[in-house]
Amino acid sequence: MDHLPTLVSEARAAIQAADNMTALEDLRVRYLGKKGEITALLKGLGQLPAEERPAAGERINQAKQALTAELDERKQALEKAALEARLGEETLDVTLPGRGEAGGGLHPVTRTLERIEGLFTHVGYDVAVGPEIEDDYHNFEALNIPAHHPARGMADTFYFDASRLLRTHTSPVQVRTMKSGEPPIRIVCPGRVYRSDSDLTHTPMFHQVEGLLVDEDVRFSDLKGTIQDFLHAFFERDDLAVRFRPSYFPFTEPSAEVDIACVMCDGDGCRVCSQSGWLEVMGCGMVHPEVFRHSGIDSERYTGFAFGMGAERLAMLRYGVNDLRLFFDNDLRFLQQFA
Amino acid sequence: MKFSEQWLREWVSPALTTQQLADQVTMAGLEVDGIEPVAAAFTGVVVAEVTELAPHPDADKLSVCQVNDGVERLQVVCGAPNVAQGQKIAFARVGAVLPAEDPKGFRIKKAKLRGVESRGMICSASELGLDQETSAGILVLPDDAPVGDDVRDYLTLDDSTIEVDLTPNRGDCLSIQGMAREVGVLNRLPVAPPPLDPVEARHDETFPVRIEAEAGCPRYLGRVIRNVDVTAPTPLWMVERLRRGGVRSIDPVVDVTNYVMLELGQPLHAFDRDNLHDAIVVRHARHQEPLTLLDGQKVALSEDTLVIADARGPLAIAGVMGGEHSGVHQGTRDIFLEAAHFSPLAIAGQARHYGLHTDASHRFERGVDPQRVREAAERATALLVEITGGQPGPLTEAVAGEADHDQAEVLLRRGRLDQALDKVLAEDEVSEILQRLGITVSSVAQGWQARVPSWRFDIAIEEDLIEEIARIHGYNQLPSRPPRARLGPRPDNEATHPLASLRRRMVSRGYFEAVTYSFVAPELQTTLLPDAVSPALANPISNDLSVMRASLFPGLIRALQHNLNRQQPRVRLFETGLVFRGPLDDLEQVPMLGALVCGKRDPEGWHGDNAPVDFFDLKGDLESLMELGEGARAWSFVAAEHPSLHPGQSARVLHQGQPVGWIGKLHPAVRAQLGLKVDALLFEVELEALSQGRIPAFKPLSRFPEVRRDLAFLVDAEKPVQDLLDILEQEAGEWLVDAHLFDVYQGQGVPEGRKSIALGLTWQHPSRTLNDEEINQLVESIVMASRNTLGAELRT
Repeated sequence: MDHLPTLVSEARAAIQAADNMTALEDLRVRYLGKKGEITALLKGLGQLPAEERPAAGERINQAKQALTAELDERKQALEKAALEARLGEETLDVTLPGRGEAGGGLHPVTRTLERIEGLFTHVGYDVAVGPEIEDDYHNFEALNIPAHHPARGMADTFYFDASRLLRTHTSPVQVRTMKSGEPPIRIVCPGRVYRSDSDLTHTPMFHQVEGLLVDEDVRFSDLKGTIQDFLHAFFERDDLAVRFRPSYFPFTEPSAEVDIACVMCDGDGCRVCSQSGWLEVMGCGMVHPEVFRHSGIDSERYTGFAFGMGAERLAMLRYGVNDLRLFFDNDLRFLQQFA
Repeated sequence: MKFSEQWLREWVSPALTTQQLADQVTMAGLEVDGIEPVAAAFTGVVVAEVTELAPHPDADKLSVCQVNDGVERLQVVCGAPNVAQGQKIAFARVGAVLPAEDPKGFRIKKAKLRGVESRGMICSASELGLDQETSAGILVLPDDAPVGDDVRDYLTLDDSTIEVDLTPNRGDCLSIQGMAREVGVLNRLPVAPPPLDPVEARHDETFPVRIEAEAGCPRYLGRVIRNVDVTAPTPLWMVERLRRGGVRSIDPVVDVTNYVMLELGQPLHAFDRDNLHDAIVVRHARHQEPLTLLDGQKVALSEDTLVIADARGPLAIAGVMGGEHSGVHQGTRDIFLEAAHFSPLAIAGQARHYGLHTDASHRFERGVDPQRVREAAERATALLVEITGGQPGPLTEAVAGEADHDQAEVLLRRGRLDQALDKVLAEDEVSEILQRLGITVSSVAQGWQARVPSWRFDIAIEEDLIEEIARIHGYNQLPSRPPRARLGPRPDNEATHPLASLRRRMVSRGYFEAVTYSFVAPELQTTLLPDAVSPALANPISNDLSVMRASLFPGLIRALQHNLNRQQPRVRLFETGLVFRGPLDDLEQVPMLGALVCGKRDPEGWHGDNAPVDFFDLKGDLESLMELGEGARAWSFVAAEHPSLHPGQSARVLHQGQPVGWIGKLHPAVRAQLGLKVDALLFEVELEALSQGRIPAFKPLSRFPEVRRDLAFLVDAEKPVQDLLDILEQEAGEWLVDAHLFDVYQGQGVPEGRKSIALGLTWQHPSRTLNDEEINQLVESIVMASRNTLGAELRT
C-alpha cells in the first residue's frame, strides 16, 4: 500500500514513454488488467483493517482513474500522430496533371452553324436539310433561274451530267420544304454547298445557312428586323451597324446584300474590309412570286422572305481566322483552338 | 463594267467626290468594286516638240534632240527608236518626278549621256504609268497637242477608272449612257448625251439584209461605208477612254465599234464589204456548219445558234463574235457596219456553248435597248467618217414582224406596295420615282399603271416595280420589325436524337471534328474501296477532287496524313456528312458518322503505361454512341472482311440485324500502299441508325435479394464470345438482371486450342426470393445448351 505513489509515478513514466498502441495496451494490462498491479491492490483491500479500508480504497481508485485518463490521453496522442504520419505519406503533388482523356472539339464551322441554328430554332424555326447532289430543277429552275439565264454564271456549278449537279446553295431545301408543306413555314437550312472555284478566298466546298419564312402578311420590315436582330445576336453587339444594299437574286424580289460595320476595325477601315469600313455578310430578299408558283404557294395570299449566309465567312469574322483554306486542312493545331 | 469617271461626268456630273459618287451608286445596287487612278502620280511633264534631231556622236542607239517645251529650247538625249523631228511628245523637265517603285518617285536630273548633256527626258507610256507593258518607244502625242501644256491636263489623267460589279439584271447599265441615266435618277439631274444626229449619205450603195429568224433578231440596221482608211491612227482621247474601260486599241474601225458599245451599250460589228456576197441573212445555223471565228477558233455550229450569213455561209455568230474571213483587216477599203438587236433568249447560252464570253454576248444576253439601235449606228458612222475619212451610204433597216412590242405594261397596286414596304409613300413620291426611272405612269383605281422603258429588261412584274421604289427611296429608310408568329410548342420526337449530341459524345471521348471535301481522289478511293461506285464530276477542279466519296474513310485518311506529316503522333478525328453510293441513276446519299484513331490510347502523360489504341478502344467509343441511342441490344458486330481493313480485326456493324457500317483496323497492306508508318483504326456507321434512341421505360425496383453465380467455360478458341452470350440470352430465364464477361483467358491451365470465358450472372425476382434450386436448374440448362451447341465445358 505504501508503494502506491511509486507505482503511479512509474506507471505514468511508462505510459508517456510508450510509442505505439501495442506498448500502451501492454501497460494497461500490466496496471489495470484483471491481474494488473492496481487491480491487485484493490483486491488486497480486504486484508486491511476495516477502518483503514475506505481511505485506502479511495486512494487506489483515484490512482486507477488517473492512470485510465493518462492511458486515454496517450492513446489519442498516438492515434493523432499515426494519422498525421499517414497523411504525410499520402501527400500528392497536386500540380501534376489529371488522368484520362482531355476531350476533343467541334469543328469551328459546326460550332458556327449550331450557334446560328440555335438563334433561329429558339424563336420557332425548324432545321431542314436535303440532298447535296441535286437536279437542275431544284437548284435552278424552281428558283427562277431558267437554263441560259445569266445568273447561272453567278455560281460556277459542278456538274455530273446535263441535269445533275452539286447544289450551289442550300436553296433547293427551301423549294423542297415549300412543296411538301403548308405555310406558315419557318426553316433554316444549313449544309455543304459547292462551287467550282478555288483560290485564296474560295474553296470548292463551303457551308451555307439559309432561312425562309413564309406566312400571311410578311413584309420587307420583317426581313430587316430578323436580319438585324440575328446579326446583333450572333456578334453579341446590339450597336453593330447593319445596312441593306439593293442587289439581285433571281429567287427574291426585292433583293438585298447585307453589310455590317467591320467587326475588325469598328468601321474605321482596315485590310479585312478593304478600307471601306463595311463587310458584306449575307444576301436576302422577299421570295419571288415565280418561286412560290413553282412550289405551289399562292403568292397573293402568302409572302415571305429568305436569307443566306456563308458559315465560314461568319466563323472567320467571329473567331479572327485569316485563311479560309484552314477550315478544310483539318490540322489538329487549328481544330484544338476551337475546343 | 469599267469606265472613266471623266467620261461619265461629261454626261452627268453631280456635285459629289469620286468616293461619294461610288458610295451613292453602290447603295443603289450598282456595287462599286474598285476605284483606280488612271495614271500613276507624276509631275513636271509637259507637251513639247522635237524641233531637231541628230545622231549621238558616240552611241549608235541614241539621238540628240532639240526640244521646245514652250518655255525654252533644251538638248535631250533619247534612246527610243521612234523619236522623230516634228513630233509632239511628253517631256519630263529637269525636276519632274515620274512614277517608280520608290514611293517618292523618280526625279529627273541634268545628266550627261556618253559625254552629251541632256536636260530632261522624253517619256514612254509605261514611264508615265499609262501602260502596264513596257512600250518599245516614246509616247507620240497628236500634232495639235499644245506645246507647254501639262500632260496630265492634256490627257485628262486626273481621272479614275470606276469598276462596277453589275448584277445580271442590270444590263442596261453596261454603258456610260446607262450609268449616267442611273446617276441622273439618283441626283435628279438631266443627262446630256453626245450628238447622235443622222449622218448624211455620201453615196447610195446599200447591201441587202433579210431576217429569217424573226424572234431572235427583230431589227437589223446596216450601212456601207466606202474608202475607209484602216491605217489611220485612232485619236489618243479615244484610245485612252477605251483603255480606261479595259479595252485595247486595235484599229480605228474596231476601236469605234468598241467605243460606241462602251458609250451607248449597243454592240456593233463591221464586215469587209468585199467579202460579203449577195445578201446578209439572219438565220439559224445549219447542223454542223463550219465557221472560223475572229480569234482563229474553228467551230461547228449547232442549229440553235443564230448566225449572220451570206450566200456562201455563216459570217458571224450573231451577237457573240465575228468570223475571221469576213472581218476588217489591213487591206480593207469598204466596210459594212452592222447595228442589230438580238433578243436575250436568242443569245443566252450561245457564247458559253462555244467556250466564249465577249463584250457583245455579255450585253445581248442581258438585254440591249431595242429602240436605240439607230442612234448607235449614226454615232459610230460619224466617228468613222471623222477618223477614217470613209464615205457613208444610206442607213438601211430590216425589221422582223412586229418589232416594237418591247415595252412592258405593269400594274402596281397601292395595297401591295404599302404592305411590302410597311410604309405609306405619298402618291406623288411613288409617281416621281417611277418617272425618274423613265417609266411612264398613269394613275388607275388600284394604283399605278406603268409602262417600262425599252432599256429595262428586268422590270416585268409588280414586285420589280416595288423593288425599284424601295431602291430609290432607300432600303435603309424603310422600317424594320421582328416578325409576328403564333407561339406554341412544336412536336418533338424524344426517341430521335440529335446529331449534336452524337457529336458531343465524340468530343467528350477526345475526338476532334474534321470537315473534309465531299469529293476525293479516285486513286485513294479505289485503294480503300476497290468496288465502290460513286458519281464522278464532269468538270472537277482537279483530279484530286473529282469523285464523290463513297465512304468517310478517304477524307479521314487524308486528314490523318496531313497531321502525321506535322508531327502529330496521336490523332483522333471524326466527321459527319453524306456519302454517295451507287451510280447517278440509282444513287443513295447517306448521312454517316465516321471516326479514325491512331497513336496511344491516352494522351501522353506522366502516369503508368500507355499502350497503342486497339480495336476495343475504338469499339468502346462506338458503343458509347450506341448507348446514347437504343443501347447494345439493338446492335451487333459480326466478323467480316472489308477491302481496306485487317481481315482478323474488322467487323460489320449491324443495327436491328441490318448492316449499317464497318469498324476495324486499317489493313497493313493498304497502310503500306498509303505510305502510312503507323496503325490506324476506323469506323463509319449510318447516322440514321445511331440517331434512333429510346424513351426510358421504368421497371419497379425489387426488394428481394440478388443471386450471383460465376461460371467459367472452356470453348474452342476461334468461337466468338457472342455465341455463348446468345445462349445465355435464351437459357438464363426472365429473372436474369445482369450478365457480364469478366475474364477471357488462354494459356497455362487451358488446353491448346481452347479459351476460358468467365461470366458473372445475377438473378433477381421482382416479388419473391429466388431459391437455390431454381438457380441451379437455370445454370444446368445454360451448361447443357453450351455443351450441345458450342461444345463448351464448364470449368470447375
